[in-house]
Amino acid sequence: MRRVLAVALLAIPLAGLAAGALGSRYVGLPGGVFKSVLRYEDAKDGVRIAPFALMRRPVTNAEFLDFVRTHPQWQRGKVAPVFAEARYLSHWAGPTTLGDNALPDRPVVWVSWFAADAYCDSIGARLPNWNEWEYAAAADETRRDARADPAWRERILGWYSRPSNTVLPRVGLQAPNAWGVQDLHGLVWEWTEDASSLLVDSDNRTQGDPDKAKFCGAGALSMDDRENYAVMMRVAMLSSLDGHDATANMGFRCAWSAPR
Amino acid sequence: MKRSNFATTARAAVVGIALAMGASPAFAGGPTARPLPSDSVYQLALPLTDQAGRTADWRNLRGKPRVVSMFYTSCQYICPLIVDSGKAIEHQLSPAERGRIGIVLISMDPARDTPAALRKVFDKRGLDAAGWLLAAPPAEDVRAVAGLLGIRYRQLADGEFNHTSALILVDAEGRIITRTEQVGSKPDPAFIEAVRREAAKRS
Repeated sequence: MRRVLAVALLAIPLAGLAAGALGSRYVGLPGGVFKSVLRYEDAKDGVRIAPFALMRRPVTNAEFLDFVRTHPQWQRGKVAPVFAEARYLSHWAGPTTLGDNALPDRPVVWVSWFAADAYCDSIGARLPNWNEWEYAAAADETRRDARADPAWRERILGWYSRPSNTVLPRVGLQAPNAWGVQDLHGLVWEWTEDASSLLVDSDNRTQGDPDKAKFCGAGALSMDDRENYAVMMRVAMLSSLDGHDATANMGFRCAWSAPR
Repeated sequence: MKRSNFATTARAAVVGIALAMGASPAFAGGPTARPLPSDSVYQLALPLTDQAGRTADWRNLRGKPRVVSMFYTSCQYICPLIVDSGKAIEHQLSPAERGRIGIVLISMDPARDTPAALRKVFDKRGLDAAGWLLAAPPAEDVRAVAGLLGIRYRQLADGEFNHTSALILVDAEGRIITRTEQVGSKPDPAFIEAVRREAAKRS
């Protein structure tokens, strides 16, 4: 019975995606109750994730080039600085030219949250939220939740210790995880829709300080699983960026929900 | 962001809304035909529905400097302090200065902050319709406007929010002049000074 239900849920996100290009670009995930590495005081037993579809790979330079050609207001030099800082797409040869530093099959980086949000919106999709991203990224090649495995954690951390000034590999080189999603680890950082909901102090030194009134309500999030440094670094990175910021390693992929 | 965000559409929007919204003192900043500066927060198209049930793009707030913040009406803790902050700023200003500054509180909880809910706070706190605007954007635009204003938030399972609090001063063209995270009835002196300087400018 449980298996039947899981299959049915898996089918929901994809049912709405037309067969063909859309269907091959995304993979459906069933969702369910997921225990985040973040300690949500309001959801101690886990967060509920609705079925959704996620892009198999991060958005590439070629794909983003198509977008800025048809949406010139997002071209470098034309975009309003409130939506993207000066370094936005600065590695491209020109506003509509990729060049040697931005090969077509590499993940697009130097994109702001606003630009990533606009790209996904332009194809009828959205950015994934943090819980969806973390849930998809908890899998390794064979297990849907490999987070407790020290060897898997070491592998991910190995990527973070590599210098970031080398040329990015192309998307899709790494084996798909158990969901069929690629490159969640080991390629780029990724924007989430709710990046600005991650109210975490990057050094965690002020955790639990009652005098710290920067955050209203229950205060800053903290980590339930301090051994999971890889996810902690993701959260720290996202919590440190504003929506117009762009960095050399920050890319994105889109998600999609079945219409309600 | 579900619609075009750029100055080309801004002009048409401002003109259209000026016609539709002419009777709203807080919304009426004096729309202008000048192109919108690229560093203006009004580059974002953002329909706001206010405490009187009127809907207009926030570009109609152009023409007058504004103190902007985000809140939600069911908030028990920091949010009443945000209203206090706005009142404290008003008290520091001369009547003439007060008339040249608007205060705009944007809801992060559009699902619950209907015009009636906004109106209730508006009336309870005795706010002046000439200077104050409490308004809610469409749900899908909250992240974007919060991003522009540098406010971070997360909705909790019980419907409350965790959020950072800040007052943001924008000039008559929507450019961010300064911000303060000192919220409450004791205003930040440097912020008040900046508000005075903006109020003294002739647009």
